[in-house]
Amino acid sequence: MHKMRKIRKIRKLFLLQLAFTLAVCAFLIVPVVLSMLAGLTVNYIAGLSSGLTLRWIFEVWDGYRDTIFRSVGIALACLVVTLLLGVPTAYVLARTRNRAARWIEELLVLPIAMPGLATALALIASYGALRGFRTSWGFILVGHVLFTLPFMVRSVLAVLQSIDLKTLEEGAASLGAGFGRRFFDIVLPNCRQGILAGSLMVVTLSMGEFNMTWLLHTPLTKTLPVGLADAYASLRLEVGSAYTLIFFMMIVPLLMAMQTLARPRTTKFIIADDTPVPDAKP
Amino acid sequence: MTVPLSIQLQDCAKTFADGTRVLEPLDVQIRAGETLVLLGPSGCGKTTTLRLIAGLEQPDAGGKVLFDGVDVTQQSIEARNVGMVFQSYALFPNMSVAENIGYGLRIRKLAAAAQRERVSEMLEMMRIAPLADRSIDQLSGGQRQRVALARALAVRPRALLLDEPLTALDARLRDTLRVEINQLLRRLAITTIYVTHDQAEAMALGDRIIVMSHGRVAQMGTPHEIYHQPANRYVAGFIGTMNRVQGEHRDGGFACTAGRLRWSAAQASATTELLFRPEDVTLVGSDALADLVGTVTASLYLGDRTRLIIDVDQAQPLTMDCLARNAPPVGQSVRLQVDPLGLLALAA
Repeated sequence: MHKMRKIRKIRKLFLLQLAFTLAVCAFLIVPVVLSMLAGLTVNYIAGLSSGLTLRWIFEVWDGYRDTIFRSVGIALACLVVTLLLGVPTAYVLARTRNRAARWIEELLVLPIAMPGLATALALIASYGALRGFRTSWGFILVGHVLFTLPFMVRSVLAVLQSIDLKTLEEGAASLGAGFGRRFFDIVLPNCRQGILAGSLMVVTLSMGEFNMTWLLHTPLTKTLPVGLADAYASLRLEVGSAYTLIFFMMIVPLLMAMQTLARPRTTKFIIADDTPVPDAKP
Repeated sequence: MTVPLSIQLQDCAKTFADGTRVLEPLDVQIRAGETLVLLGPSGCGKTTTLRLIAGLEQPDAGGKVLFDGVDVTQQSIEARNVGMVFQSYALFPNMSVAENIGYGLRIRKLAAAAQRERVSEMLEMMRIAPLADRSIDQLSGGQRQRVALARALAVRPRALLLDEPLTALDARLRDTLRVEINQLLRRLAITTIYVTHDQAEAMALGDRIIVMSHGRVAQMGTPHEIYHQPANRYVAGFIGTMNRVQGEHRDGGFACTAGRLRWSAAQASATTELLFRPEDVTLVGSDALADLVGTVTASLYLGDRTRLIIDVDQAQPLTMDCLARNAPPVGQSVRLQVDPLGLLALAA
């Protein structure tokens, strides 16, 4: 009898936990689903009974297509710049183990810690007078690079610090490989995980960046998140929601790819030491 | 194999950027084809010496590294064509076993067929052919060691430099690989510099050994010389087990608290300490003449022999070995003879 009571008690606890978990999930997911549905319903106020439509999606596509392409373009340009700047920076930081290197490592985080608005204002105050630059998408790119570069450096650096880079390079050098060969044959392939994780981080952050871009953009250089704010502020709710839906469709596959690629390889296994014994007598 | 290389270090000192002198000026002549072991505790300068030869460090101004009489001091490691094996193996995790072994050949732009042939030759030689396509993280320590050796030898280096190659392995595997490396080096007759802190490894592998201490050469010689004629007490204590007895030269012998060692007048000096190996001590019966008497304080059964620790009223008890069936019990008083030929009087 006692045992039965105990089992019932455990099951009751489990059901309670399950209910709580489901409630939290619902709380998080319901707004997402509602927003996506809003972008597909004919009239949000009337509800789903008014029917489903792709009209709003097409409307966004017609009106804001350029912001989508611009965002993708800036994200990719941002990736190229952070790769070219970030990977060599991480390499140098990993090879230099002195106090200066540690300081630079810490300072790199500043652009993340500072509010995006502050960074944007500083950029405008410094370079706003250069009209050609101020009105080009390059101005936004600079802001995005400032914001995302630390993520690239950090994730590459973390991988480089986890391997014995110095000895690996010495090994390659002893086999005749000069600096260039070593960098491309040994350093880059061995920080592949960090580069991939950093790249996906940079692209997703750049695509979704709003804070800074809100101040840096001009009417001719709107990005997707800025356009989204515009749509919600000035157009029907359904259009804004359809916009969000498009954003989701672009960012979710990216996030999933990030999860898959950034996961460390799990196929590691060590085989027992079955090295053959020499046939000669010791 | 190519003609073996002779290496010469002239006045090679090394001071690090922070001012620490890790190597006092060193002059060494390494003969073509010999295996030279650099032996010493950590921080004695042995690895720095190896790195100077490899080209991974530059000697202080005035120092010179010569390969077959040619000054290579300014040459980088890439240009020196030396094979190197690191304690951590430094195998490239992004490449398979075969790719690791073939990397040096790829750098030298060897034809693909020749590369393949040399790689499979090395795989055969190190008996790791079945592992060719494995990735490095699927290998055990012993297997990694073989791959590292194969990779270093694949490019037919002028010299082979090994930095504590067996330290990361467990004892049994270390013994096996030690024998194997020994056979390999004899067969290849390649000039080899081998760094280790393990005296057994040094004795087994070295044609000559340099015992180092605090950046200086304590002694250079064959394993036999190092063991039987240590230059000073540091070397004597570092290699094998050494007994020490304090006393003084008196009446044609060496008198001490436990008796009198037979010490011929020819050997005699003003020393107050004599050293001898455990194997120079034997147990004798009550009918024979005894040099020393003492009491057994510990008896360690080692299978093939028994190691006895004997108190002789000295700062340090004596160590000796005897057959297990002759081993006296702990607490028994024993009579000992010490072979006069084994007695050493050494400077500190």
